[in-house]
Amino acid sequence: MLKDITIGQYYPADSAIHKLDPRVKIITTVIYIVSLFVTNDWIGYLAAFLFLAACIKVSKVPLSFILKGMKSIAFLLGITVVFNLIFTPGEEVLVTFWKITITEKGLEMAVRMAIRLSFLIVGTSLMTLTTTPNQLTNALERLMKPLSFMLPVHEIAMMMSIALRFIPILMEETDKIMKAQMARGADFETGNIIVRIKNMVPLLVPLFISAFRRANDLAMAMEARCYHGGAGRTQMKPLSYRGNDWVAYGVMWGYLAVCIVLRIVF
Amino acid sequence: MGIVKTAKLIYDYIRYDENEKEETFRAIDGVDLEVEPGQFIAVLGHNGSGKSTLAKHLNALLVPSEGTVWLDNMDTRDDSHIWDIRQEAGMVFQNPDNQIVASVVEEDVGFGPENLGVETPEIWKRVAKSLEGVGMTAYRKHSPNKLSGGQKQRVAIAGVVAMQPKCIILDEPTAMLDPNGRKEVLKVVHELNREEKVTVILITHYMEEVTDADYVYVMDHGKVVMKGTPREIFSQVETLKAYRLDVPQVTLLAHELKESGVDVPDGVLTTGELVDALCRLN
Amino acid sequence: MSIELRNVTYKYSTGTAYEMVALDNISLQIPDGQFIGIIGHTGSGKSTLIQHFNGLIRPTSGQVLFDGEDIWGEKYDRRHLRSQVGLVFQYPEHQLFETDVLTDVCFGPKNLGCSEEECKERALEALHQVGLKEKYYHMSPFDLSGGQKRRVAIAGVLAMNPKMLVLDEPTAGLDPKGRDDILDKVKELHETRGISIAIVSHSMEDMAKYVERIIVMNHGHMPFDGTPREVFSHYLELEKIGLAAPQITYIMHALAEHGLAVNTEATTVSEAKESILKALGR
Repeated sequence: MLKDITIGQYYPADSAIHKLDPRVKIITTVIYIVSLFVTNDWIGYLAAFLFLAACIKVSKVPLSFILKGMKSIAFLLGITVVFNLIFTPGEEVLVTFWKITITEKGLEMAVRMAIRLSFLIVGTSLMTLTTTPNQLTNALERLMKPLSFMLPVHEIAMMMSIALRFIPILMEETDKIMKAQMARGADFETGNIIVRIKNMVPLLVPLFISAFRRANDLAMAMEARCYHGGAGRTQMKPLSYRGNDWVAYGVMWGYLAVCIVLRIVF
Repeated sequence: MGIVKTAKLIYDYIRYDENEKEETFRAIDGVDLEVEPGQFIAVLGHNGSGKSTLAKHLNALLVPSEGTVWLDNMDTRDDSHIWDIRQEAGMVFQNPDNQIVASVVEEDVGFGPENLGVETPEIWKRVAKSLEGVGMTAYRKHSPNKLSGGQKQRVAIAGVVAMQPKCIILDEPTAMLDPNGRKEVLKVVHELNREEKVTVILITHYMEEVTDADYVYVMDHGKVVMKGTPREIFSQVETLKAYRLDVPQVTLLAHELKESGVDVPDGVLTTGELVDALCRLN
Repeated sequence: MSIELRNVTYKYSTGTAYEMVALDNISLQIPDGQFIGIIGHTGSGKSTLIQHFNGLIRPTSGQVLFDGEDIWGEKYDRRHLRSQVGLVFQYPEHQLFETDVLTDVCFGPKNLGCSEEECKERALEALHQVGLKEKYYHMSPFDLSGGQKRRVAIAGVLAMNPKMLVLDEPTAGLDPKGRDDILDKVKELHETRGISIAIVSHSMEDMAKYVERIIVMNHGHMPFDGTPREVFSHYLELEKIGLAAPQITYIMHALAEHGLAVNTEATTVSEAKESILKALGR
């Protein structure tokens, strides 16, 4: 069950997007998100859609794989849409039943929200799908380097990449512990919220103990492999921009320009 | 002097009980060990015999309470050599998941050389060569999570090999693997020993794994209680049992036949040896 | 009959590109009181199989019956079933969570709605039966050794008074003595409680020594199901699927080939010894 969450899981493929410098992908994703909120017109959404569709096509990640990842957050998306739908006040009332009124404005907001959010999610997951967690943290480390006088940038990046490595492992472990306790008659599915939280104890205690043991083991294994912080460390995959990266930046600025022009014109 | 040497090594764990009173527990009690370069050494012992604690001394993850450990003539208590020691004595641990740092196989193999400050092109060369050596080249772009236990351990071994150690210490590397995984890992370790002349110290409680070792130490209660060639060790079936260990079925059968008056040699290690001995009698 | 699987098929991630058949049309019966072994390498479907026994996994198609009733029937109480078919997973660390051993073992009966007194009574009986010394009852389960943890985990399931006990690799990670101790205890439980036992294991030697029936799993199929003797007579086919018969089987076959009149069906050391002594005319 937990294994089905594929959102953001790296999808190995040999595509131009996979090969881009991760910094390009992070910056482009940020710009893309900004563009979604700059745009307020349908033609703007069309541009955002086309840009995203083109990126997906180039990335060679199957659409079905991306959409499957969406399933796990469809619920969240649904709630946002419903909230917008019923809580937006407006003049033109479309439907009224019981105490709920749906206005034209509400409908419009809901649709806009749905589009923005799903584009945002697909866009960010496309970044994580085409970039390994290590590349991502590497890029963040580089992008945040100017802040290293006030932040332990290398350590933060290392912590993030280790967390990303262990999340799937701990998910699987949660599944196993749940089953082991269910085999002893534990019930994780019924009761009110307080009962349920109480029932989580047999799941959480073994999980935490295991996580601490893993942390301990890993720290020792890293020390044994001569890890001693960022000083004097070289990189196997140092980041350096190549031709394609500049092209990608060009495409990105082009896209942003189109968005701005569309916003001004329409 | 050998590549690894310990003299009167003692290690006390210090624990604090509920009243914060200090309690000491002697995990290693006067161990003398000497390993020559290129040897394949096995350390046997049941769980809690002190063998893992010993392993952690060999690359300065722990330092002795008393006595001395030298690695390639460097005293492990000398802080100025600590990174040299860890580079020369690579360590592979029991749990394959808890020693893989990166989310891509090749990046994990590169982790050690990165820490050593090796130049980028050289890292790539070493990674390629190490993965080749453990037969994992086909998986270099994979996520470690999708690999079997045996494959993960091979990646861990490659990660150590990429640091170009003189000696590899494997602390129960097969305890969490199935029989096929165990075979894969041992094959790789033996190849490294044979072809790259890397000194190997294998810590285990599986008796089948030590039959090909050059020399075997058996530990119990922190002491070395038996030492010798596998044949010498395996000829003492009863003593091994007293140390919570057992012998392969073939050795046990030969031993029992001998007890019943059949003339077979001591310390039979392989099926072939026993069959030959019995056929000669017939 | 106690448990019956009728044409059970189980697929992971149905309807996606990652669809994988873990069990393919498996039918089998486990009568009351049997001691069976389930063997197969990692990924053969054996873990999926045993999770069908107590309703942790719902078959994609086919039926699972307990005492003749379909456990996926509309009103079937699967929590009650789980107390009847006790499943102990591989790592005790996945189930131990209480502050002391006794309370932890009480968790199962408490979930069944037993009174506090009865919980304690059952827990004490279960702990006694798995052979854990009383001095450990009020210790934290996390301070115990691997073998002791395993006992507490088994007791935790046993305290629910199951009719059948299913153990997933109960000896993984234990040293030889610890392994023998646990298996001896399980055998004793089988005899004193009269419950049926299913053990998942990688060790053919252990299977030969303890179980009366072996189920071999491979790629979701069940190529062999029979007494150890029957199953090991297929030792060449077993090898093809990455498994092996006990060493003894190989020795006996090799001896027979060399013209010694031994019983090739012998599967344990003592049987082999008898047969060889007889063949040598002693």
